[in-house]
Amino acid sequence: MQTTLTVNGEERRLDHDVRTSLLDALRDHLGLTGTKKGCDHGQCGACTILLNGKRINACLTLAAMHEGDEVTTIEGLGTPEAMSPLQSAFVTCDGYQCGFCTAGQIMSATGMLAELKEGMPSHVSPSLSEGSEMTDPEVAERMSGNLCRCSAYPFIREAIAMASEDK
Amino acid sequence: MTRTFRMDEAQPRLLDDTAQGVIGTPMDRPEGPLKVTGKAAYAADNLPEGLAHGALVRATITRGRIAGIDEDSIADLPGVIAVIRDDRFVRNPAQGMADEAPVQPGDRIDYHGQPIALVVGESYEAARDGALRLKVRYDEDAGAEVDPATASETEDGDPTESGDWDKAVAGATVSVDVTYTTPAQVSAAMEPHAAVAEWKADRLVLRGSQQMLRFNRNEIADSLGIDPEDVQILSPYIGGGFGSKLGIGSEAVSAAIAARELGRPVRVVMTRQTVFDAVLRRTETEQRVRFAADGEGRLLAIGHDDRISNLRDEEFAEPVSSASQFLYGADALLFRQTVARVHRTPAGSVRAPGEAVGMIAFESAMDELAEALEMCPVQLRLKNIPEKHPVTGQDFSARALAECLKTGADRFGWPGRTVPGSRREGDWMIGLGVASAARPNMLVKAAARVRLSAEGAVVETDMTDIGTGTYAIFAQIAAEMLGLPTGKVSVRLGDTDLPGASGSGGSFGASSSGSAVFLAARKIRETLAGKLGCSPEDLTLRDGIARGANHEAALSDLLDGELVEEAEIEEGKTAESHFSSGFGAHFAEVAVNAWTGEVRVRRMLGVFGIGRVLNEKTARSQAVGGMVWGVGSALHEDLVHDPRTGHVVTRDLANYHVAAHADIPADMQVEFLEERDDQANPMQSKGVGELGISGSGAAILNAIHNACGVRIRDLPATPDKLVAALEAATE
Ligand code: FES
Ligand code: FES
Repeated sequence: MQTTLTVNGEERRLDHDVRTSLLDALRDHLGLTGTKKGCDHGQCGACTILLNGKRINACLTLAAMHEGDEVTTIEGLGTPEAMSPLQSAFVTCDGYQCGFCTAGQIMSATGMLAELKEGMPSHVSPSLSEGSEMTDPEVAERMSGNLCRCSAYPFIREAIAMASEDK
Repeated sequence: MTRTFRMDEAQPRLLDDTAQGVIGTPMDRPEGPLKVTGKAAYAADNLPEGLAHGALVRATITRGRIAGIDEDSIADLPGVIAVIRDDRFVRNPAQGMADEAPVQPGDRIDYHGQPIALVVGESYEAARDGALRLKVRYDEDAGAEVDPATASETEDGDPTESGDWDKAVAGATVSVDVTYTTPAQVSAAMEPHAAVAEWKADRLVLRGSQQMLRFNRNEIADSLGIDPEDVQILSPYIGGGFGSKLGIGSEAVSAAIAARELGRPVRVVMTRQTVFDAVLRRTETEQRVRFAADGEGRLLAIGHDDRISNLRDEEFAEPVSSASQFLYGADALLFRQTVARVHRTPAGSVRAPGEAVGMIAFESAMDELAEALEMCPVQLRLKNIPEKHPVTGQDFSARALAECLKTGADRFGWPGRTVPGSRREGDWMIGLGVASAARPNMLVKAAARVRLSAEGAVVETDMTDIGTGTYAIFAQIAAEMLGLPTGKVSVRLGDTDLPGASGSGGSFGASSSGSAVFLAARKIRETLAGKLGCSPEDLTLRDGIARGANHEAALSDLLDGELVEEAEIEEGKTAESHFSSGFGAHFAEVAVNAWTGEVRVRRMLGVFGIGRVLNEKTARSQAVGGMVWGVGSALHEDLVHDPRTGHVVTRDLANYHVAAHADIPADMQVEFLEERDDQANPMQSKGVGELGISGSGAAILNAIHNACGVRIRDLPATPDKLVAALEAATE
């Protein structure tokens, strides 16, 4: 079947199996292998992308469901020569080791910062309606869908804090 | 080939005298920009023209034989190309440094989940569907033993003992005799095992996720029955290893066989469930730790017995009492091991095999002894540091254990620690814990090549970077030795066509392979000194300028063309005369909820002596990573097997909990003490990757006891166990 969607600002037409996940479509059909597959079951966050501006696990949705949608992947954030503030903060803070969870962490953090700005509460927010400050416990809670077995957690959060101050 | 340098004696501390000033600095990883932009290509990211997709089929019985595979059962599935079944398939991954094929069982099945066939499809979806639907018939052997506690087939290792045990125990004022159990665990690297195999004429090009290429090449060649010269493995980026990618496994062997048979490239990526089923786990352990001490806290006897398990024909046995044999001294020592043979996913190396679980029991029991003696746990440890290796009688090389304990106690606020159960904040009981850290350091044979031209330097070796910082560290070593800014050094890794290194494992990678880089660069320095007309000792290299004996010249003027040197290193006499190990001390503060039994780690501090630090930033990341694993092993990780079939029940990342952001506080501090280990290697450095996990879990358990008075001896310390113990205490 065919699906047309916008990926990193470019219109892409896919010819795919009905069973193809959005993750496999991005990786195997479009060659955007920066997005990783760590579990294929929504348990690790390595496949996090932005769908119409919101973070999702690309392994948990089928490509067929995204006709006309807008997808941003790690490749759409920056390049090695021109990194986004989050990307360069990850390098500065050593917010990774093997780098396999990293695209997911960065995409998730990008989405998370926007959620925080919109006042979306989390499980640890003091109030459901009044938004919350960007404290470390807030960020830790909101980033807990992104596993890092290298366990760079403190440095990932340091990078997120650094990048959000830069803005 | 160049002559191999043997580490027979301490070498001059050249890196203390070189002038570039980059060694040890917290330099950013040079490959970082590629990693954060998604441009670093891991094995499964390779999509060669004509790629077919393979999905592994697992055995659904515990023991028996494959009676038949009904290929027709999926013949009409659209997109399925072939069912590959071959006697060269491997039962499980090779153990670390095996250098030969792992067990190739033919039709025999030895554990539930064993990969037995590969379905290849035009698409991933077709292959996956075929693998799920394929009909396999079995001749099942009933009654396979799967429980390590009751297994009838056991092997007792030779005990390690010295002194008169009975006499030492008889003279004791205080003694401790406790049993701890730890569950099986897994590496769970974020990157599932993956291979893309392609044959170019008669040569296999394997893009794999492997830690030790020099060995892996021989392992896959032996598995396939081909010449190692006909194999090239490429692993420039690896999404975490932790021991799980030490040896060649099913994904690589099946991909290579399928690619050959079909005449096109084949990619096999294990599903997360297959990673749990078919990659080596860490054994569960039952450990009995015994201490006898006099009234002043001097140890008279140290005993550590363990019972572990593995599948038959696997020689690997978790060295549970490794650190127990040299951390402290006593008049009598006794260490014994029993291996139970069970039909479970086989056991192998998972980060810090031995110390990771052995030190949890040993260092918790030390805390129990301190409590029985009414003595400060830090003082008890300081009091029992032995002069020589208690078993081998060797001298220690650099050993910062006492310094780490003292420095850490000061910095962590240890003197403020109160008696168990006395500090409370609302519903939370607060406690502090301490444990020693130790992990032996090794020098493993390794080679590397360095090229120097007017443009800069290139380092070439088949060494890998599994997140450990190899790219950064090798650039720093070469830059420091050759007097270049690090930006002028490029590092090529992860290609078996390059000189064979130690590989990444056992925390020996950076120091062993880095020493080969160091030695190759040292040879280049000698040549440069000759060209400049000074002795190598008088040569100073900095920012591309050579100085010595009143001469000065730009490297670009000294060089006509390229200087190329290769060096190889292996351990020598210092490994016999001295015992080299990383040492350290872990401190933890936890809060235990009085009603729910939830444990929150509030802060941790690790103080370590690892010889010369090669890159302060990547070393710190490695140490913190290990400490987080300690949290996981103390509180969360638990690989559960079905008691009937041995099958792994917790076979995904929802059922096997690895620490997440919310489990780990921001306050995870690391301090490296200034140290040089002259006996270790020419750079005076030691490994760090596993030291962080060695003992950290015990610091957490000891903090839990200090918080609420409860000893958890059956790991992990989950809320149900804590609630039960807290309730029992108030009854
Ligand atoms: S791959 Fe999607 S959450 Fe793990
Ligand atoms: S950097 Fe390796 S899993 Fe996060």
